[in-house]
Amino acid sequence: MTTRMKEFQTLKAPLFVPFITAGDPSSEATVDLALALQNEGASALELGIPYSDPLADGPVIQRASLRALKNGMSLEKAIKLVSVMREKGLTIPVIIFTYYNLLLQLGEQKFFELAAQHDIDGLLVPDMPFEESKELQEACLQHDLSFISLAAPTTSRERLKEIGRTAQGFLYCISSLGVTGTRTSFANDLDCFLENAKASSGVPVLVGFGLSSREQMQQFEGKCDGYIMGSAIVKKIEELGPELVNMETKDKAIAAFSDFLSKVVPVKVYS
Amino acid sequence: MKTVYPDSKGRYGQFGGKFVPETIMFALEDLEKGFLEAINDEDFQKDLEHELTHYSGRPTPLTYAGKLTERLGGAGIYLKREDLNHTGAHKINNAIGQALLSKRMGKKKIIAETGAGQHGVAAATAAARYGLECKVYMGEEDIRRQELNVFRMKLLGAEVIPVSSGTRTLKDATNEAIRQWVSAVEDTFYLIGSAVGPHPYPKIVKEFQSVIGFEAKAQYKEQHGGKLPEKVVACVGGGSNAIGIFAGFVDEDVKLVGVEAGGKGILTGLHAATMANGREGVIHGSLTYLLQSEEGQIQEPYSISAGLDYPGVGPEHAYLKSTQRVDYQCITDEEALEALNILCLEEGILCALESAHAVAQAIKEAKSMTPDENIIICLSGRGDKDVHTLFEQQKEEDSHDH
Repeated sequence: MTTRMKEFQTLKAPLFVPFITAGDPSSEATVDLALALQNEGASALELGIPYSDPLADGPVIQRASLRALKNGMSLEKAIKLVSVMREKGLTIPVIIFTYYNLLLQLGEQKFFELAAQHDIDGLLVPDMPFEESKELQEACLQHDLSFISLAAPTTSRERLKEIGRTAQGFLYCISSLGVTGTRTSFANDLDCFLENAKASSGVPVLVGFGLSSREQMQQFEGKCDGYIMGSAIVKKIEELGPELVNMETKDKAIAAFSDFLSKVVPVKVYS
Repeated sequence: MKTVYPDSKGRYGQFGGKFVPETIMFALEDLEKGFLEAINDEDFQKDLEHELTHYSGRPTPLTYAGKLTERLGGAGIYLKREDLNHTGAHKINNAIGQALLSKRMGKKKIIAETGAGQHGVAAATAAARYGLECKVYMGEEDIRRQELNVFRMKLLGAEVIPVSSGTRTLKDATNEAIRQWVSAVEDTFYLIGSAVGPHPYPKIVKEFQSVIGFEAKAQYKEQHGGKLPEKVVACVGGGSNAIGIFAGFVDEDVKLVGVEAGGKGILTGLHAATMANGREGVIHGSLTYLLQSEEGQIQEPYSISAGLDYPGVGPEHAYLKSTQRVDYQCITDEEALEALNILCLEEGILCALESAHAVAQAIKEAKSMTPDENIIICLSGRGDKDVHTLFEQQKEEDSHDH
């Protein structure tokens, strides 16, 4: 585990981990957006790698993927972009969110080399369930990376125990059935699921999938250690896209993005 | 030699597996349990056999193609007539099997993906027969190209849902069906159309299609005093008809040939020859051969035949290629069209463009074989659905001639 990830784990709840797609609307904008997220209180960043066939994603992130692919973004380029973010002052952990095929084609060895060179802290592979990920999880440990595991409301208690036991970094609890995207209601028995997740794991338990407002997060207050927000943020970036890539309007767009964030980032409870 | 794959993780050698979001892992486990219970249940087997016999019209004949054999002057040609099934292709074998399984598992809603619409029609047909609610996901581009099949599905009471993501074709329709399954996993059965996808789907589809191979083997043996044919040839897109007919012969001393779509030729890049030209990768939850960019973005395949137009291939085929048990070859659009014409003229059978790829390969191989040797071709479907494509093709050729 990196020092950054260790620090992340000691942060006071609620933790906040936003997701953005690398290369949407441009590489330069991705760097600025990451820094804005850190300024507005992000505890870590999930950097999504665009893929032609994003099985676990809804329309918002699908569209972001297509835009980023048109801009020529790739797994390797996205990892290298993190060095640029670090130079400009990004200090929070960065988790690479990539579908397995992209990792397979780059090669695991090459991935670990690049991850070390460019200060990556974690890896999340949404189409790699527990059974398929044992070796990769082990390899991540050896390379000081945290392999982020997911659990769903449909995950059986026995599976959840196993997943929780080996979880690294944080445990990503999917709040509802279906793909990523904002929604108004969440799966039944979520409280019970989160309770079991917390009981089974020694790392922070974060809730994600479908969160788009502070009010929604409040439903989970005290039941988890933090939140992941993807589609709502990516949607905002989509709206601001044309302004973000225009030199003249860029600063104004980042200000608008920060303003949006200040309204959705969970309120920290300072004691 | 007896086959022992897939293993408990759903692997065929290094191929296969379950590369899917955590949310549907429980549904795959549930499905595997339900499937194993069903196939070991005599009542289920009886129901399935009853439906295949009295509804779909099985067994399909094994037809000796005498005039074609004479014309080629080599090996004897036999046709396993899956074109004579209800709805006109082998797809119905699997649709009936999975729909009965869905019903047995208490799931009243099915979803399916379709490219050209053949599997969509088969799924809609089975849904109507067994009283299931059916939604078919289809790429917008395919909906435009296959208007009549869309209409057929609607006639059968299914809802056709346009898919506008990605390249708006079969691979995107499959992604969307999986996504929808993830969100409705508790009461919905995903009726996949080919021997692809995460474990246990390739195993399930093979089970329901293996009737082709076992029937063909028994029929051939009966006609030939217990002997086996020298070769079996089948076309491969996702590969369900091929894995079905191969199932009857893979443990025997019979040469197996799978035929992929060579499109306009491998060198043009316009083809669907996954095994000739793809690399190992993950598509729709399965590790297999895949047409993809250097970086791993999935590429759109091309073939004149919509049913072979898939960028991946079933994981068992990938395995059979890696062990060299099956010889995989490519046939171009042009060769397939020529074979289709020859079969029409010599035998009075208009086969599907997909099946024509197998016919073309058999024609090539028969010539270098002796008259005491025989080939079985899996004639996976009939060509009525392709008449429009053939008509357009003919018009284009005529305009070049003038």
